[in-house]
Amino acid sequence: MHVVSRSVTGKGSGTCGSSSPSGPNPRGHPWRAAPALALVVVVGLASAACGSGSTNSSGGSGSTPGQSETLTLYNAQHEQTTNALTAAFTKATGIKVRVDNDNEDDFTARIELEGNRSPADLFYTENSNWLQQLDDRGLLTKVDAATLANVPEADSATNGGWVGVSSRISVLVYNPSKVSASQLPTSVLGLADPRWKGKIEIAPSETDFWPIVSSIARVDGKAAALAWLKGLRANAGNGATVPDNETIVSDVSQGTTDLSVINHYYFYRLKAELGTGSVHAEIAYFAPHDVGYLEDISGAAILKSSRHKAAAQRFLAFLTSDAGQKVLAAGDSFEYPIHPGVAANSELVPSDHLQPSSFTPAELGTGLDAKKLMQESGLI
Amino acid sequence: MTKLPVPGTLAPTIVDRVRRRLGKGQATVAASVVIALALLLPLGFLGLDARAAGWTEIHRVLFRERSLLLLRHTIMVSVLVVFFAAAIGVATAWCTERVQLPGRRVWTVLLVLPVAIPDFVVGYAWHSIAPTINGLFGATLVMTLGTYPLVYLPVAAALRRADPAMEDTAYSLGAGRLSTFFRVTLPLIRTAVLGGCVLVVLTVISEYGVFEILRFQTFTTEIFTEFQFDSQAAAALAVPLVCLGLLVLAVDGIIPRRAAPSAGTRRVAAPVVLRRALAPVLGALGGLVVLGVGVPIGTLVYWMTRSQHSTLPAAATLASATGATLRYSALGALIAVVLALPVAMMTFRRSSGPRVVVERSTYVTQALPGVVVALSLVFFATHYVYALYETSTLLVVAYAILHFPLALVCVKTSVAQAPARLADVGRSLGKGPTVVFLRVTFPLLVPGLLAGFCLVFLTAVTELTATLVLAPIGVETLATQFWAYQSEVAYGAAAPYALVIVVLAMIPGALLGLWFDRERHVRANLGP
Repeated sequence: MHVVSRSVTGKGSGTCGSSSPSGPNPRGHPWRAAPALALVVVVGLASAACGSGSTNSSGGSGSTPGQSETLTLYNAQHEQTTNALTAAFTKATGIKVRVDNDNEDDFTARIELEGNRSPADLFYTENSNWLQQLDDRGLLTKVDAATLANVPEADSATNGGWVGVSSRISVLVYNPSKVSASQLPTSVLGLADPRWKGKIEIAPSETDFWPIVSSIARVDGKAAALAWLKGLRANAGNGATVPDNETIVSDVSQGTTDLSVINHYYFYRLKAELGTGSVHAEIAYFAPHDVGYLEDISGAAILKSSRHKAAAQRFLAFLTSDAGQKVLAAGDSFEYPIHPGVAANSELVPSDHLQPSSFTPAELGTGLDAKKLMQESGLI
Repeated sequence: MTKLPVPGTLAPTIVDRVRRRLGKGQATVAASVVIALALLLPLGFLGLDARAAGWTEIHRVLFRERSLLLLRHTIMVSVLVVFFAAAIGVATAWCTERVQLPGRRVWTVLLVLPVAIPDFVVGYAWHSIAPTINGLFGATLVMTLGTYPLVYLPVAAALRRADPAMEDTAYSLGAGRLSTFFRVTLPLIRTAVLGGCVLVVLTVISEYGVFEILRFQTFTTEIFTEFQFDSQAAAALAVPLVCLGLLVLAVDGIIPRRAAPSAGTRRVAAPVVLRRALAPVLGALGGLVVLGVGVPIGTLVYWMTRSQHSTLPAAATLASATGATLRYSALGALIAVVLALPVAMMTFRRSSGPRVVVERSTYVTQALPGVVVALSLVFFATHYVYALYETSTLLVVAYAILHFPLALVCVKTSVAQAPARLADVGRSLGKGPTVVFLRVTFPLLVPGLLAGFCLVFLTAVTELTATLVLAPIGVETLATQFWAYQSEVAYGAAAPYALVIVVLAMIPGALLGLWFDRERHVRANLGP
């Protein structure tokens, strides 16, 4: 756009000159008027659009002294959850939050491209590996120690680069008219058993799937993880990898496939959407501390480039506080709050009944090991 | 003239030399070069990114067994889709332009609508009603239904402009309807058909949503997967797409063009009256509309009725999202059409090598997935023009860049049929170039400009991946709202946004139909 807008102006004047009778080419061709006209229109449009654009940004930015502060949040969490949280935060503190919504991979790439000029103060993701990747590249600021102390130590970055906010559990989802609960594998490793050939679906490109691969590689070794992935690939068959967890849970409910592995909340969300009677699926937990029985962490961080770090720290403190975690538990997000003492949505299995493995976000890291294994197995 | 300001890094001497070699119509050529350079910015970014990823990583990602599978898939689905889309596009255009069709105006709107339905809606619709439709068959079916309007629109515009005298002569010499079609009509509309086919292939190459949902792996689905791990290696994966796009353009360039013969006075074609053939033709058109429009809209309505969430989106949100979508898409379409005009006219009188290369280069971006183009704009904005970042201007520019080829094909079709002699006559009568352009040339181009505007508008309304990246903070469009609810499994709340998208997209289609009918009316009153 840089080139267009600059040269457009120049070109316009150049063309006008050429079509005037005194120009070097007095018998100017009729077609010649077209670009001049075109460019005049474009300049007009571009400036009109610029006008509206700058109105937008000036309306939104509150960095001028005297006004109340405005934070900018890159949100890759489910939008409705975040809107409830930011509304409660603004009510409590008077600090406004502008929310930009996109996928976490897009945001990560954007933040890396924007570097120290990012308009964002905060980044809130569904999975921790994205935050870890940005932290590894030195793009995050340390979270206040008091905020980190709001949640279990293992649920945040070991160096304090980001803080855990909520958690989800990896579970089996199955169609009870196709498989009975007693036939289900008790370990995630069982999904690679040939008896599930043609009966499972997986979404390997969903970040929720990576921790399982990481966990198996850590506990049983890379060779075992690779063999497991190849087994899954054989069972899922050609073309049975699906784009997302929403598709998985809906396919299981419709009987397109028998079973799969998801994070628990997709099941509860589908039930909330369609009503319990219309969902023909159930979830089942793996054996306690199974290598696939994982707690996945959603987290948030402050960008190093933020010019509102104090306010941003207050936002993270609110997210992890008793008040913030209660907002999180109250809505239709169906995630587990991780601040001690805040109860989860009453539809969920209470968190003290859960027995996940000891796998931590630190062990997941940026998820690159999982990626390499998945590529090696030909799954992606 | 020599003091023409120079864009970017081009030295004035180079511009001078290029212009001397390009010859007459330099202003058009110079404008086109600038436009082409701007459109190729994303490719430059791609190169930088691929270089940053490093050769080892590119080698690891690109040269493995899976790439062969992806290449085979991409080529197979492109060939199949372009074949079917061309056949359906030409057949339907002939029906609406040359046949006495009951409810002709309604058909002209309905037949364009599939392009107005977001691919993510179409994919989910087919997946939810028939989960077994997947793989190559499913991908071909869904993509053909979604892309035939890209052939239909330019071909219909060409048929409207083509003088029916030649067809009538063929009939009077005893040629049958079929033989007349293949030997007379088809050559007349060849530029339009080929232009449409190029768009179809480029669209298929860069398609993501449908393939992902229908479980058909191509380079694009692979880019999105790779993107989750390493955005720079993902850029490397886009290189084969660019190569495929260049290949398509090269093949298209080899096929010789014949300028459509133009007559001084043109009259409206006497419509062919189908007697016994009418019922099957109507049946086929109806079937096409049911598959392409009925299935997705039916699914949306079904979602709305099935949802248990009592809260449908607030009317205010729906209205503001509609306003934003309307504004950005219309501006993007306007810019794309205006920019397409000089590029289309550059090769009109003279198609020398350099001119053709400049013109062709503007198509390449269409082979890239939207998110790749969007991120390249993020890169350029944050590095060079920060004031533009997170403004609606950048989004509008992205729409214009992403969909420029759609506008170009439509405008070119009109330009190819506007007789240059008329403009010369205007000049010889002592009128200035601007007057001649406004009063002679421009009116002849209007159908193509309108078709181009509508096509870009329709496509921009349904665009998602680039919109998510570039929409200014706090601005929601219909597509981003649909996406937000859908990813929350709140299909019922998401559906109204998609329905408004479809309704919005009907407006330009309907306007287009009205415009042409008005033209018919005027001509009928004037008599032959």
